Amino acid sequence: MLPGQIGFISLVFSLFISLILFFFIFQDYKSESQAPSLKVYSLSFLQLLTIIISFFCLVLSFVISDFSLAAVYQNSHTTKPLLYKISGTWGNHEGSLLLWLLVLSIFSFCFLVQSKYTPKKYRLLTVLFQNIITIGFLLFVIKTSNPFLNLFPVPNEGLGLNPILQDPALAIHPPILYLGYVGSSIIFSSALSAMIHRFVNPSWADSIKIWILTPWIFLTLGIMLGSIWAYYELGWGGFWFWDPVENVSLMPWFSLTALVHSIIILKKRDTFHSWVLILAIITFTLSMNGTFLVRSGILNSVHTFANDPERGFYILTFLFLLILLSLIIFFIYQPKDNSVKSFFLFSRETAISVNNWFMMFFLSAVLIGTIYPLILEITKDIKISVGAPFFNIIIIPFLVPFLFFMIFGPKLKWIKTNENLMSKKLIFNFFLSLVFSSIIYFFWGKATLLNSIIFLLGLFLLLTLLFEFLETITKKNKVNIPRIISHFGFGLLIVSISLNTIFSVEMDINLKIGESYKFKKYELKFNSISGKVEKNFNSLLGNFSLTDPKGDISYLKPEIRIYNQPSITTSEANIKTNFFYDRFITMNNIQNSEFFNIRFQQKPMMIWIWISALLISLGGILSVFRQKD
Amino acid sequence: MYGKKVKFRAAFILLVLISLVLIIYLSLKTLEDNVVYFLSPTEIQNKEEIKRNEKVRVGGMVKKNSIKSYTNYISFILTDYKNEINVTYSGTIPNLFSEEKGVVAEGTLKDKNYFIANKILAKHDENYMPPKVNNSLDSK
Repeated sequence: MLPGQIGFISLVFSLFISLILFFFIFQDYKSESQAPSLKVYSLSFLQLLTIIISFFCLVLSFVISDFSLAAVYQNSHTTKPLLYKISGTWGNHEGSLLLWLLVLSIFSFCFLVQSKYTPKKYRLLTVLFQNIITIGFLLFVIKTSNPFLNLFPVPNEGLGLNPILQDPALAIHPPILYLGYVGSSIIFSSALSAMIHRFVNPSWADSIKIWILTPWIFLTLGIMLGSIWAYYELGWGGFWFWDPVENVSLMPWFSLTALVHSIIILKKRDTFHSWVLILAIITFTLSMNGTFLVRSGILNSVHTFANDPERGFYILTFLFLLILLSLIIFFIYQPKDNSVKSFFLFSRETAISVNNWFMMFFLSAVLIGTIYPLILEITKDIKISVGAPFFNIIIIPFLVPFLFFMIFGPKLKWIKTNENLMSKKLIFNFFLSLVFSSIIYFFWGKATLLNSIIFLLGLFLLLTLLFEFLETITKKNKVNIPRIISHFGFGLLIVSISLNTIFSVEMDINLKIGESYKFKKYELKFNSISGKVEKNFNSLLGNFSLTDPKGDISYLKPEIRIYNQPSITTSEANIKTNFFYDRFITMNNIQNSEFFNIRFQQKPMMIWIWISALLISLGGILSVFRQKD
Repeated sequence: MYGKKVKFRAAFILLVLISLVLIIYLSLKTLEDNVVYFLSPTEIQNKEEIKRNEKVRVGGMVKKNSIKSYTNYISFILTDYKNEINVTYSGTIPNLFSEEKGVVAEGTLKDKNYFIANKILAKHDENYMPPKVNNSLDSK
């Protein structure tokens, strides 16, 4: 009871503080002082504090299972483990928006504190834009999605959290993803503010780089966590489905990645001003759009959870106003880039432009594939879906030139490169990769030519970077290390996914207890089934033994869980991981029959896919710490 | 005639435009071949011609007592309470798949009464209803 009330009051209080803050920023903006006044600092802090209090009150309500709150009643249950009571806080629409607000105010406050060495007016204006976004979201939460809504009479027991959301990876997935989404708001606000103050220059680029890298790191990790969850929880054994909900998180990632690269040009060469600004606006728009599409429920997705048109309408209006605002500012204050810095074709500028071109291409392709079904449904009332084949056809072939540029691009120098890029090492690497990929192409029937070429280039990239890493690590100047690690991670990702596609073994079969099944030199035997009672679910464990082509036997134990509250059946994959492959098995019961539906997969290099995503973000983390020095 | 700057700008804009056209053309072309239409059993019955091997999604309810299982596949009947269609399927069966529940199956039509599914889409919500079935239930 009490925490809920405190939480709501605190939230309303926060709205007041934000409005007062708005006023003081204006006052400060006009004053002659060199730095923002203490009032702005303390009000920003109070704004953050009230939102933190509100958020923790909601967490507390979930922990003590206070069913007088509708959000708790609908998403929690007394028998749920503590971790999932807590993660239930953001496992629903209302709570996740409060989390969004929390992250937003954390970022705003951090920016205010961290931006000490930038001009006062620019700083204040950035905080002002952040404040506008905060107010918008505060109104949204209070008006349409109040997490502290009371229920009367108070129910004795809650409805429980959807069991597939009761999972450690998914418990931390939304906060991490939001740190990425919401973090991009700083880029947006500061880009608008810098534009107005004619501060779009190398020193701005230098100060904003850390605010671009941070959301990029979190977004990378957030997408990875979601993908890991989908891999073992959805039971198909895939790690990327090109599902609309996944696509909306990938789109801001593409534009952020483009921004991470083009900000370097702005910093080093003082050019590409408008483009950087456009990217900054696009990134935040896509992040907001992601929230809108997922939360409004208009996406026809396998992940669809909540539906509410009014909320979608509100976010859409808010988003529209923000875009309008940024476009107006852009056209009035567009940087007059009078000095077209000339550069030659073989230069790093070209290489980064090429990277940006590809990022925009991937982004557009994903965008079209994601919103086309929506447009068709609204305009013609035809329901369609765009699946993996579309994205595979349109994106995978373009990876060939993309990888090629990724190998040679970073070797180019600023302005002009005269030296010969072909070194003996490079040629050696190329032949080594060629040998490996030819072996795969000619001796395994499953490898397509395209697949093999991508594998070849991925391996070439990996080897090149490996040598570069060994060279750099011994030198004094280690400035390239973050880039090498991130790019190495990407190469590893490509190589792992190619091998995964080429060497995957999978089969679907319906088996009765005691039966066995032979396929491609493997034999799977369904030995027995055993039951187990847990706190909030009952489980059925299948005992399988798998004889592989070498004759080794391994035991696999997939599980079917029947949750009490809500009563939902889920299957838990049993995954045996080693450095070379994952063995993945799921079991489902079939209604009215003694058969169980079994899916077995042997998926090579799975662990390396996750490691490569970690490496990609590790490069970003190292780069952030280099900034601080 | 024109300054270097103007030429540079013009070349840049031209390049952007070409890229844009290329992207949109490629995307739409690929979309055309890879779009999967969503149909209800009634819409299939009303269809004038059935293209062989055209991928479609069919949504409906699984008819009571219609699931039959075999080692390599299962079969069941999908209904929207007006028309029905026979479905065979081999592959992973989602947990929420059961009789008198909504389901969306993806695959190819053999004829108006026979559908070969290669994917059954899991919905995370036990009360999920395919969109068009919802409509026909309302109108009933």
